[in-house]
Amino acid sequence: MIASFSNVVVVYDNFPALAGASFEIASGEIVLLQGPNGAGKTTLLRACAGLLPIARGSAIVLGCDLGVDRRAVRAKVGLLGHANGLFPDLTVAENISFWSRLIGASAQDVETAMQIMGLSDRLSATRVANLSAGQRRRCALATLIVRRAQLWLLDEPHAGLDSQGRDELDKTLRSARDAGATVVFASHEIDRAQNLATRSLTVVGGVVTET
Amino acid sequence: MKNSLDTGVTKGKVVTAVLSKDLKIEMRSRVVTNQVLPFAGLVMVMFAFALDNDDVLQRVAGGLVWLATLFSLFIIVQRSFAIDTQDGALDSLRVAGIDLSAVFFGKAIALALKLIALEIVLICGAVLLYRVDLTASGLVLLVTCVLCATSGLAFVGILYGGLTAGAKGRETLLPLLLLPVVAPVLIAATRATEAAFGSGGAQTSEGWAWIGLLTVFTAVFGVSGSLAFGSLIDE
Repeated sequence: MIASFSNVVVVYDNFPALAGASFEIASGEIVLLQGPNGAGKTTLLRACAGLLPIARGSAIVLGCDLGVDRRAVRAKVGLLGHANGLFPDLTVAENISFWSRLIGASAQDVETAMQIMGLSDRLSATRVANLSAGQRRRCALATLIVRRAQLWLLDEPHAGLDSQGRDELDKTLRSARDAGATVVFASHEIDRAQNLATRSLTVVGGVVTET
Repeated sequence: MKNSLDTGVTKGKVVTAVLSKDLKIEMRSRVVTNQVLPFAGLVMVMFAFALDNDDVLQRVAGGLVWLATLFSLFIIVQRSFAIDTQDGALDSLRVAGIDLSAVFFGKAIALALKLIALEIVLICGAVLLYRVDLTASGLVLLVTCVLCATSGLAFVGILYGGLTAGAKGRETLLPLLLLPVVAPVLIAATRATEAAFGSGGAQTSEGWAWIGLLTVFTAVFGVSGSLAFGSLIDE
């Protein structure tokens, strides 16, 4: 099991953003999180990444008990929120190389990640500030590939992408799953997201239910 | 060298990666050279206009150099964290599972190098603008003072920059928090620089006691910063 939450409560700004969430995610799944704005989807993704403390309940992600040491899981997950986590003044290659240096990946890993995301030609030497929204998203996903994240946590990954970019993103996520990663993503684009996902969870009022 | 938490990468490699990233971004954006440096130069010139007396300027030259450095420090620290927060890279660094004390040292060294470049220009400006005399022994004291004071300012700047990075109103909060803390550096660096310049008949030997205070300040904030930075960024 990749993630197992049981009656998890996460308090954010004195508000229980997750109010007794229980669910399990198996290896190789692509799980869609759906629900209205403010339902707790982003909180759930950030809690899975070990960024938020667990106030109550049991949360185990990739074998790490988040109630005991939530920092231990961080090297194993890749979180892509509304922002891309990139440095706009650096080129695509420099951005991916920076993250590769932090985790000890090789230059070959960087090249492979850029090839997978279609960034290995002239785009590799382009500053991120000069990329389109879709190209930036691809660059951000390349950093997850180079980091060899076992669990991809994506918040609205389709946002800001054109139709072609969305198709490429779906292809990338399926490829990541085929390569052994597990993907959990939040989306409001239900039709597209349901085609991509192998399973859906609905988050409402901080409570998670199977769809 | 110790591994950086769960990634298996040594702390030194993370320090080098963060340092080279920050310097590369500065080389591209040239914010320090094109904006901070002219700002600090203007501060020096404005002081000269305001005081308008060669004797007074020679006597307070050391203090003016360090005041201009402090004002510039606020801008450079804000910029140092703006590059990490503008597209959420600071969050990604937190999730990367690396030792955040290595990030602290990488950013502090990059900040120190930028400050030293700035201080060299400001000191040269003071020598020319305020007609300060500098002897060989004064130069040795001045170089030591610059190294010690800058290290202290860089450590405390990155520590408080990390503390305010995610806060609302961080632009005004940072100077408010930082100014009282760096007051000992301002006092000690000013006295040591005055001794190096021989301002008001001060002897070079009088400056070395202040270097001791700067060294203690640097050591305290270097150690406490490396221990506290990760928690500050995390929470």
